[in-house]
Amino acid sequence: MIGLPFLYTIAGALFAGWSLLTLFDKRHPKRFGSAAFWDLLALSFLAGDVLGDLGNGVLVLALVAIAGTGQLGRGNPPSSTPTEREASAARHGNRLFLPALIVPATALIGTLGFKYLTINGAPLVEAKQVTLVSLGLGVVIAIVVVMRWLKPPLLAPLHEGRRLAESIGWAIILPQMLASLGAVFALAGVGQIVGGIAGDIIPDGSRIFAVLAFTLGMAAFTMIMGNAFAAFPVMMAAVGLPVLVQKLGGDPAIVAAIGMLAGFCGTLMTPMAANFNIVPAALLELDDRNAVIKAQVGTALPLLAINTLLIWSLAFR
Amino acid sequence: MWPLIGIAVVILGFALRLNPLLVVVVAALASGIAAGLAPVAIIAAFGKAFNANRYVSAPWIILPVIGLLERAGLRERARDLIAGVASATTGRLLLAYLLLRQFTSAVGLTAIGGHAQTVRPLLAPMAEAAAARADPEITDAARQKVRAMAAATDNIGMFFGEDIFLAVASILLIKGFLETNGIIVAPLQLSVWAIPTAVSALLIHGWRLLRLDRKGAAK
Repeated sequence: MIGLPFLYTIAGALFAGWSLLTLFDKRHPKRFGSAAFWDLLALSFLAGDVLGDLGNGVLVLALVAIAGTGQLGRGNPPSSTPTEREASAARHGNRLFLPALIVPATALIGTLGFKYLTINGAPLVEAKQVTLVSLGLGVVIAIVVVMRWLKPPLLAPLHEGRRLAESIGWAIILPQMLASLGAVFALAGVGQIVGGIAGDIIPDGSRIFAVLAFTLGMAAFTMIMGNAFAAFPVMMAAVGLPVLVQKLGGDPAIVAAIGMLAGFCGTLMTPMAANFNIVPAALLELDDRNAVIKAQVGTALPLLAINTLLIWSLAFR
Repeated sequence: MWPLIGIAVVILGFALRLNPLLVVVVAALASGIAAGLAPVAIIAAFGKAFNANRYVSAPWIILPVIGLLERAGLRERARDLIAGVASATTGRLLLAYLLLRQFTSAVGLTAIGGHAQTVRPLLAPMAEAAAARADPEITDAARQKVRAMAAATDNIGMFFGEDIFLAVASILLIKGFLETNGIIVAPLQLSVWAIPTAVSALLIHGWRLLRLDRKGAAK
């Protein structure tokens, strides 16, 4: 069965390639630190399962030590010049969009179609990982197609990938780091404490205040954890179920479904949701790393108010 | 109460613009120690979670594809395409993308968009080209605002579309949570209640996007 190990092997090989190219990039301002960073990441993806928990923990500390002290830098991967790009864009025209569609198209076909592919009754691709595996397959197909069509130098995929990865910098592992922080917070009991506080501050019997405590709590705790999925069980157990559903008689489906969306409004307003808010700021070369959040607040706040009103008006009929 | 100190570390660290990776590790140590865990146990727990969450970083394997196409002038082509269509203003273009992103997410196809896949190579250069045509003397700061709005539109379209799809992770999480508390709901009962918020998101963000054009024209 094909699952995450397939994807991790591709990613590990890619990171190892970036490490080697960095080592050979003699004019790289942070040559050894950057090479070590990509090398450790390759180790994590290729051999993380045999390193043990403490081994992985030490690996994380080393990654953070490199990136946190500014030893991860941008080098000079060879690429095309702006003039060459203009000429290539004019020559190939709209056909350039076609390879860009290979990855999404493969993801689409794989998500819909892989479940019908079975060997001796067992699915070929692990059902839960179909989208990620399809993404990996799409990447491989797209690289083969572009290499055969445009005939760039053999190492161009690695060089170009490194160029983008270096422009993202430390933000590249921030989403994974924050997901891990969530696990430690859970271990330390942060969720129960926040849920207890939220449950304590609601005045007795007031429906609108109870709904407000629930939706604002969902948004605020999502902003802290960076993830509405982490906030949902805590706020539902503290306010949603005992107060809105059991005490005030609200419809649990409506409370839960719209409560989750109130959490999503929080996701739009926090740097902790790094893959949605901080990574794109790096990817789009924005000077202000909070620029995407600032663009989203104007939509998130009115939408949070609407979610509050929706629960208040729909759940208690 | 003391385990909340990790939250304070995160808020303070982000506010002081310290390196977020350092902030995360210090926050984990602070909360863990406050909860009575040994430092070595905290590092091991963090390592275990880091290893289990590798799938979060795995999608970066798309970078070589995007880089190769950029090398061949994809961003320039995306820019030229929009520069040639007079009716394609920044606001209308982003609104069309918002609709497309919400609709495809609502039928379960969240993977076809994204910041590396579509925003950087296609949407951002197109939106910038439209803004530059409306205002040929556009500043770099204004260009950055347009790019940030392109990323925001991708997020909003996905967040407030995906919950209409029955099999998305958040719907399954809700169903599972309610079930363990003795409340049985069908996924469809949950996902229909995502529709009012989805429509509201389209109206609010769509209105903000179209206002971009009017603000540009007023200058």
